[in-house]
Amino acid sequence: MKNCLVVDDSSVIRKVARRILEDLSFEISEAEDGLKALDICRKEMPEAILLDWNMPVMDGLEFLAQLRREPGGEKPKVVFCTTENDVSHIAKAMRAGADEYIMKPFDREIVEAKFAEVGLI
Amino acid sequence: MTPNEYDYLRGYLKQQSGLVLTAEKQYLIESRLLPVARKAGLASISALVAKMKEPGQSVLCDAVVEAMTTNESFFFRDKTPFEHFVDTMLPSMLQARSRERRLRIWCAAASTGQEPYSLAMCLKEQEAKLAGWRIEIVGTDLSNEVLEKAKAGVYSQFEVQRGLPINHLLKYFTQNGDTWQISSTLRSMVQYRKLNLLEAFSSLGQFDIVFCRNVLIYFDNPTKIDILGRISKQMPADGFLVLGAAETVVGLTDAFKPMTEKRGLYQLNGAAAGGGTVRGLATGTTGAPTSAFASAAPRFSVVPR
Repeated sequence: MKNCLVVDDSSVIRKVARRILEDLSFEISEAEDGLKALDICRKEMPEAILLDWNMPVMDGLEFLAQLRREPGGEKPKVVFCTTENDVSHIAKAMRAGADEYIMKPFDREIVEAKFAEVGLI
Repeated sequence: MTPNEYDYLRGYLKQQSGLVLTAEKQYLIESRLLPVARKAGLASISALVAKMKEPGQSVLCDAVVEAMTTNESFFFRDKTPFEHFVDTMLPSMLQARSRERRLRIWCAAASTGQEPYSLAMCLKEQEAKLAGWRIEIVGTDLSNEVLEKAKAGVYSQFEVQRGLPINHLLKYFTQNGDTWQISSTLRSMVQYRKLNLLEAFSSLGQFDIVFCRNVLIYFDNPTKIDILGRISKQMPADGFLVLGAAETVVGLTDAFKPMTEKRGLYQLNGAAAGGGTVRGLATGTTGAPTSAFASAAPRFSVVPR
């Protein structure tokens, strides 16, 4: 079973994402900010990360930049999932090493399509 | 909705569009036609049916047919057909048409444009190999409303997130608030025409590649056989046909045969085996050889079960 780390400061979003991803046969871990997510990754790299942008303590973009510098940090497929839905944000995230990008609001089909896009499904 | 009204709608849709609705499709009628009824100021499907029976209601009747025949569509829907397009069909055609440098592609159920634009994006990605080629994509659909949307090429945030890689979104679309419009370059690669597949389409000319996905499923077998037969006559001997994931020619017609290991991809029967002379024509004749193939294309026949 593949592991997916869901990083979002909203517990509601984490819950929704968890439900969708569990249906897609992922094992889920959760973090409410980038720093906590980084701790989890240092213990064990997940296969996939669903990543919010705006979070307290450490935001998604900074987390991503740090993650990609960690040993083994190039491995997880990182799918941004954020209300930041303009071209400049998307381009910035992709340059920072994101694999795909979901603009909120999202639904089951979008998550499935994007995870399939990066070869996780 | 009474059984009588349901039967009336089924009969009407069959006659107008060939759409076959089985008894359990009542929910589909309700979900698709209630919005049409409301738009016309009618409170129920019953009221809609009553109105349709009045004289001079052709606009309303058209709206009913359109609502029932419109599919939800995704960019790169099912993925595999587009991989076949890039890995199998294009290389084969680039070789076979190296003299004419001309290729015609038909999306027979273009809907809101996602399929033709996905093909246009595939072609754009292959641009380096296609210098000097003239490639036409023709998208047809029964519904004016969806064709207008296809031409505009404007999609919601939801629509651009199903099947479209984010890099393609950045590369080929312009954002306008909550909507995304496909670039004018890609829009100019596709021509749209209104067409009912039940009616003659020989005037569209010959097509090297035909995408006819997820539309035959709505028709009964004799209609499928007729449409497949007429499509085969619009194709040169080495052309490719792509059907939807849930569709097949097997048991319907021997005009086409499935390609091994290429799911959903078909070629005219005789294209490989025993089709040497026809194939020779296809590569050896320059100018406008297309009409010559109308008679060379094999006719369909019904394979009894």
